[in-house]
Amino acid sequence: MKNLLRRQILRTMALAVSTLAFGFGGVASAQERTSVKIGYAVSKTGPNAGGAGITTIPNYELWVKDVNDAGGLEMPDGKKLPIEVVEYDDRSSSEEVVRAVERLAAQDEVDFILPPWSTGFNLAVAPLFDRYGYPQLAVSSVTDKAPDFVKRWKKSFWMLGGGHDYAEALAKVIADASKAGTINNKVSMISVADGFGIDLVTAARPAFEEAGIEVVYDKTYPAGTTDFSPILNEVMSNGADTFVAFSYPPETFALTQQAQVADFNPKILYLGVGTGFPIFAKNNGANAEGIMSLGGVDPRNEANNAYRKRHEEVTGKAPDYWGSVITYASLQMLQEAIKRKGLDRDAVSEELSTGTFKTVLSDETKFEDNQLRQLWWTGQWQNGVFVGIAPEDRPGASKATLPRQAWKKN
Amino acid sequence: MLVTALLSGLVLGGTYALVAMGLTLQYGIARIMNLAYGEMIISAAFLAYVIYTGYGINPVLGLLITIPAGFAFGYVIYGVMMKPLVARARDKASLEIDSILATFGLLFVIQGVLLVTFGANFTSYNYLNVAVELFGTNVAANRLLALVLALTVGGALYLLLTRTLWGTALRAVAVSPASAPLVGIDVNKAARYAFAIGGGLAAAGGVVISMYQTFTATSGVVFTMKALIVVIMGGVGNVVGALSAGLILGVVETFVATYVDPGLTLAATYGIFLAVLLWRPSGLFGRRAG
Amino acid sequence: MNGKTILAIAGFIATIAALAFVPFVVGPYGVTLMIGMLGYVVLATAWALFSGPTRYVSLATVAFFGVGAYTVAVFSESIPYPLLLLVAAGIGLGVALVVGIATLRLAGVYFVIFTFGLAELIRQLVTWYEVNVTGTLGRYIFLPITPEGIYWQLLALAAITFAIAWWIGRSRIGLALRVIGDDEVVAVHCGINITGVKLALFGLSCTIITLVGAIQAPRWTYVEPSIAFNPTISFLTLIMALLGGAHRLTGPLLGAVPLFLMFEWLSANFPNHYSIFLGLIFIAIVFVLPRGVLAFIEERWTLWRRNEPVSGRTADE
Repeated sequence: MKNLLRRQILRTMALAVSTLAFGFGGVASAQERTSVKIGYAVSKTGPNAGGAGITTIPNYELWVKDVNDAGGLEMPDGKKLPIEVVEYDDRSSSEEVVRAVERLAAQDEVDFILPPWSTGFNLAVAPLFDRYGYPQLAVSSVTDKAPDFVKRWKKSFWMLGGGHDYAEALAKVIADASKAGTINNKVSMISVADGFGIDLVTAARPAFEEAGIEVVYDKTYPAGTTDFSPILNEVMSNGADTFVAFSYPPETFALTQQAQVADFNPKILYLGVGTGFPIFAKNNGANAEGIMSLGGVDPRNEANNAYRKRHEEVTGKAPDYWGSVITYASLQMLQEAIKRKGLDRDAVSEELSTGTFKTVLSDETKFEDNQLRQLWWTGQWQNGVFVGIAPEDRPGASKATLPRQAWKKN
Repeated sequence: MLVTALLSGLVLGGTYALVAMGLTLQYGIARIMNLAYGEMIISAAFLAYVIYTGYGINPVLGLLITIPAGFAFGYVIYGVMMKPLVARARDKASLEIDSILATFGLLFVIQGVLLVTFGANFTSYNYLNVAVELFGTNVAANRLLALVLALTVGGALYLLLTRTLWGTALRAVAVSPASAPLVGIDVNKAARYAFAIGGGLAAAGGVVISMYQTFTATSGVVFTMKALIVVIMGGVGNVVGALSAGLILGVVETFVATYVDPGLTLAATYGIFLAVLLWRPSGLFGRRAG
Repeated sequence: MNGKTILAIAGFIATIAALAFVPFVVGPYGVTLMIGMLGYVVLATAWALFSGPTRYVSLATVAFFGVGAYTVAVFSESIPYPLLLLVAAGIGLGVALVVGIATLRLAGVYFVIFTFGLAELIRQLVTWYEVNVTGTLGRYIFLPITPEGIYWQLLALAAITFAIAWWIGRSRIGLALRVIGDDEVVAVHCGINITGVKLALFGLSCTIITLVGAIQAPRWTYVEPSIAFNPTISFLTLIMALLGGAHRLTGPLLGAVPLFLMFEWLSANFPNHYSIFLGLIFIAIVFVLPRGVLAFIEERWTLWRRNEPVSGRTADE
């Protein structure tokens, strides 16, 4: 025991010394390198595993496989270095994810660290990424505070927008349809009592008010709720044509099922996370048609279609329609930035911040103030594809089809 | 409105009751505090998912496979893991601690195997998701099935425990494992069967739940906790108590959601549970089995 | 006070002093590792402070840990830091006393379940309050506290906890507690104020646990109920204390350190099969080390010294 500890201490000391000696000139040794070390800590177990298992982990694995199959990460001199992965399980605990990232940075001295899953965990590790000088391409975090964060942590990049973006886009969709006379201006709204739901609902209240939308039902429910019949019974008779739920996947699925049973047919049905999951389309078939949610794709984007196909071939399951493609695009941006600047993390961060990249999202993906803003704020299931409908002036936007068809009985 | 809320509550409570009855047998009669109970439920849910989506066998028919599988699993686990613990336990408290630790380990093993086999994804499928009209209210057929199954199983177990010699033996073991051998009861065998029946019930619960609820490899602990609350409220080892407590809990949750605030359903659950514990620590329906 | 005691005290002080210098020797990862380890050592020791002698198995650890973390998150902008810890400790103590008065008459598994329910209830209420009253859920903590600072605070807390545990073990309260743990009826006949002693100890144990949460929270930057009230913490604390042996002063320490290192090693080397290994090791512990590491070592030691077999069951705790 004592021996082990001593060895640990000695080893750590040696590492600390070598960091001091070579840390700043690490780039110079790229010539003798045989691989690039990429590390990540994600929730493989615990309550966050479900989300990480669909948006984050498969895309990390797919990307590593894609890169290594092509010979490795290309350096500025044209040489290709294969990726060596160091991965940890954060067990869905903040304390663990902090320790794991510190381990990746200080102990394993990986060249780049990929971010964990969820808003909270990305914030938990942001000070560490900043202290060790790693660029942080935070994908799975929806936060309105991103403009503040990029000032606090200069190398952090926020790629999924904030609650206001989604809420305002949705408000516009509803207000436009209401003005066109397709639906009335009344909305029933529920939200999960967890970070995501609260962020969105607090953004939605003022956005709806400004758009002249009347919210007639506004309740939160605890995460893990399985029975929505009391809520559905209440909103069915209150005259609102629109039903909005800022929900998590299990509740999104349950709501869809229970709305069918109750024969509840709002003209706009907007559900939260999980609507863009492949399993949603599979389980609901034709009944998914017309349901709205966050995210979406441009069905005519060939690069994206190819990505989706490859994702399914390699990982055995289709990607979701919101975070997955952004995750993969973030990795492509990192890959391209390394190709241009090498393994110097400062230069790579600078390049990420200012450069323009060709990704599965578009030929010209770039950050504005370290935030990805070319996103689909609202999407809708149309003919088996979850297409982006807002912002409607973005190239590739589909037109919303309203009102939603009634449930088909099967 | 009232009838609707009551019906929804009963249907929801049916699920709770179905899940809790197996645990009350395991804990009340076999004296094993099985923390891996929820994982057994989830395993059955995955099994139902596989035989439905993979082989096209409908989950209700699949019960013919899943319930015996759950029974066998419980039987083996008791024989391999629990029996040595029971044999070496000095008193009730030390068996309780040992069984908590051992089943906590089992929880992780099952969860790990499920994770490796199925991944961490949200899994769900739709089956029997059709409306059945009952007193003017639409109720989902799959949820109604849970209620019917809970009532049937509860009734059958009650008759079994109170009307048969074998059931009397089980109850004797529950009340006093030390003196049961004096009247010629094989305590080990009784406990083993009780644990195995609990496993079968967990499997039945898992199959029914999988029809309408999204599950992941790691969501078992939620079911363990709900079941535990119902078991304690109903009185440990009391099948009818578990059935009633499950239904009460479902109705309370629905009423709180309808008339107070959907945000307080879980707080209400725990609040009632804590109140019952303080007011009547041995549960609403006493302690004895049957 | 005999020579042996003085030697023990001197050794204790020397150990704490030596540990205080660790951050200068090990790298940043070492400090992080030590923070995690110390956190669990304090949690397990504080847990055993109450649960060891009284045999009340509590799963409320995370309720108090979370209260501490949340208090820091809520008041980090408005109350200066050292005072913040006092406020957190005060809130923790208050909750513990209220809960203690209501629950300490429950026994056995009812107490176990109650404490678990309590943790969930507090989490639900905090969530509901945040959602409906303040309208935000996540809270940010931007306190200028370095990992080394957190480490030293935890070390100080650990030293205090051990000192208290040691003192209790030697005092009249400790004796009273042992009597209560063995037989409450006897304790009553001895004129021991059972409720008072249990309540005091529960309050003390919970206050320390609250402080651990309060000290560690600034490391996470962002706190929301699902992060602060993560039930795994309760389970791990329980397991560590039981593994080491909850009835002895250093038992929880001997449980927490190896288990913590093992978790770290498993999650690094087998990220995909972590759960399976963890579970198997757990089961193995129950079967091989039924009464804790310390008891096991002592038994072997006696065995080796006497060179004769010792029955595993006769040695009393």
